[in-house]
Amino acid sequence: MKNIIKMSLRNLLRSGRRTALTASLITIGVVFVLVYAALSGSFKAYMVGQITDSMLGHVQIHKKGYVASIDSLPLDKNLNQKQIEKITEFLDDNPYIESYTFRLKLGAMFSNYIASTSVRLNGINPKKETQTLPLFASRIDGSDPSSLKEGSIIVPELLAKGMNIKKDDTIVLVATNQKGSVNGLNFKVAGTSETVSGPGGRDGYIHINDVKKLLRIKQVEVSEVVVRLKDVDQLYKAMQLLKPLTLLKNEKDKPLFEIHTWEKLSPFYNIVKMLDIMDISIKIILISIVLISILNVMVMSVYERIKEIGTIAAMGTTPSTISKLFLTEGLMLGIFGTILGAMLSYVIVFVINTIGITFSFGRQDNLTLNPVLNFNEVLVVSIIVIIISLIASISPARKASKLNPVDALRQN
Amino acid sequence: MISNEHVSKVYKMGEVDLRVIKDLNLQVSHGEFVAIVGPSGSGKSTVLNLLGCLDKPTEGKILIDETDVTQLDTTALANFRGENIGFIFQSFNLIPVLSVYENIEYPLIMIQNLPEQERHKRIMELLKDVDMLDQKDKFPDQLSGGQRQRVAIARALVTKPKIVFADEPTANLDTKTSNQIITLMRNIQQEFNTTFIFATHDEKIVRVVDRIITLVDGVVTDDKRIAS
Ligand SMILES: Nc1ncnc2c1ncn2[C@@H]1O[C@H](COP(=O)(O)OP(=O)(O)OP(=O)(O)O)[C@@H](O)[C@H]1O
Ligand SMILES: [Mg+2]
Repeated sequence: MKNIIKMSLRNLLRSGRRTALTASLITIGVVFVLVYAALSGSFKAYMVGQITDSMLGHVQIHKKGYVASIDSLPLDKNLNQKQIEKITEFLDDNPYIESYTFRLKLGAMFSNYIASTSVRLNGINPKKETQTLPLFASRIDGSDPSSLKEGSIIVPELLAKGMNIKKDDTIVLVATNQKGSVNGLNFKVAGTSETVSGPGGRDGYIHINDVKKLLRIKQVEVSEVVVRLKDVDQLYKAMQLLKPLTLLKNEKDKPLFEIHTWEKLSPFYNIVKMLDIMDISIKIILISIVLISILNVMVMSVYERIKEIGTIAAMGTTPSTISKLFLTEGLMLGIFGTILGAMLSYVIVFVINTIGITFSFGRQDNLTLNPVLNFNEVLVVSIIVIIISLIASISPARKASKLNPVDALRQN
Repeated sequence: MISNEHVSKVYKMGEVDLRVIKDLNLQVSHGEFVAIVGPSGSGKSTVLNLLGCLDKPTEGKILIDETDVTQLDTTALANFRGENIGFIFQSFNLIPVLSVYENIEYPLIMIQNLPEQERHKRIMELLKDVDMLDQKDKFPDQLSGGQRQRVAIARALVTKPKIVFADEPTANLDTKTSNQIITLMRNIQQEFNTTFIFATHDEKIVRVVDRIITLVDGVVTDDKRIAS
């Protein structure tokens, strides 16, 4: 085997320029795949983090049917005390969960005494909300939402602009409760909330106690439970433990609760999926590059060396050894290209991290991309390329091993 | 000992069958120094390829020391050649990426798989025999034709073959070099009792052989032994 490698290596070096060209093609392909994966991974992690940490949380629990009719923020689909206790029981037992918070949502009329419009509002527990959504505060302009007081409101950005509302203005909210009685309360504007896409992305915020006052509710009531996990990657394990909740039935034998992961709730999930599809497409392109370039080089290599193959065959080299010689040659080409590509990718990722490439997302500018080259990714890509190099060499190697020595020796 | 019975070779040229060798019956003993001569296209190379186990006859049997080589499959045939047969070619056919030493070493590693020490001993001896010891680290493209053919002879002999086949070994060499090469092969034949079978037009070879087989249109027309 040592000698097969030696011969293959010498043959590769013999046509050095062609070898270098092919290896560098593979190198470029590998660099492209790995750097793209590192960059998109970084962007993806950031984006997902942004959306889950500022608004959605990782998991949301509602009464069955709430999400389907979330546009009308129905008050009759809120969870009652008993149901909340049931949910809390499960959440407290789940080792993957870091924290959770309750929201009571409603639609109301919003007026600044000059004009009025409808508004969607989340009644929140400020402490819990900011704890469950660590980036929530970054969406809010003008005040710290963790100390949102009763009687204050965070107005959605679009509405504030449209009605020219500023911090410390007084506005009035009017709401109708389930029994049909209308109630209005004054609020002081504490700040504005940035619009993001996804359910609740255009909502204002008030204290959960204010919602109860507005709707004249005495008992505990909750529209939405937002859950944060310790580690997003444990999403499916956490969901597994929460599954019994979805199996609970009401008196009419219908499911009581519905549980959604951020993936189901966020429109960004599609973008994440698209990034993944791009990732796969680039890998397929890489595979094609490797396949075609190695196949091409090996076919040429066999064609050029027909007489030499005839000679070694005549001397008694078995077809399987001849085939191994060419397989090794293709394999080594693939290995060179991959090693070079992997090393170059590490360098490029390091350089990107050192220079610091910035991008904007939502309200935040100057976010730096910090791509990380996952070792498993490098390993998987390397193995794919090496296997493909081997596959590409099979047919030329077979052709070489099947050559009839008499015919091969007649060639010049 | 090579013997064959009723050997013929037919090449299919489209619709036409070209019978290149017709009912060949030849016996060659150990240590013979034989030349096959004849006009161009008479089938000399074809006979050499058949006896050298590179090609299979269309009809007939070829026996080399009791082995019916026409019964062997491709791999077995390759192994048989590796153990018993050496080839010397008209255009030397050295492996360009290997040095002189490595070219001679090639069949010992890739075919016979001999241990390093034994390999080294044999190669050094042969390098001395063919007078190429001081060139052993050069590559084929740095050598003259005569030097290349001497390396090729060393390579053919390093496996200690019973029979060496040489198709026009001197055709690409000048007279002086040809004579040196012929003398070298003659000496080796006498020293190791190796059988040599040539296909050649070269008078210089014909002059020194023990036996001349004349082939015309695939038929042996003359087979004469020369007392030395
Ligand atoms: N692969 C082949 N297909 C068809 N015909 C062939 C093939 N190989 C050889 N022949 C024919 O067989 C005949 C004998 O060829 P061969 O090469 O054995 O002759 P030769 O005596 O060695 O000639 P030369 O002295 O020119 O080398 C020729 O007519 C040749 O055209
Ligand atoms: Mg010939």
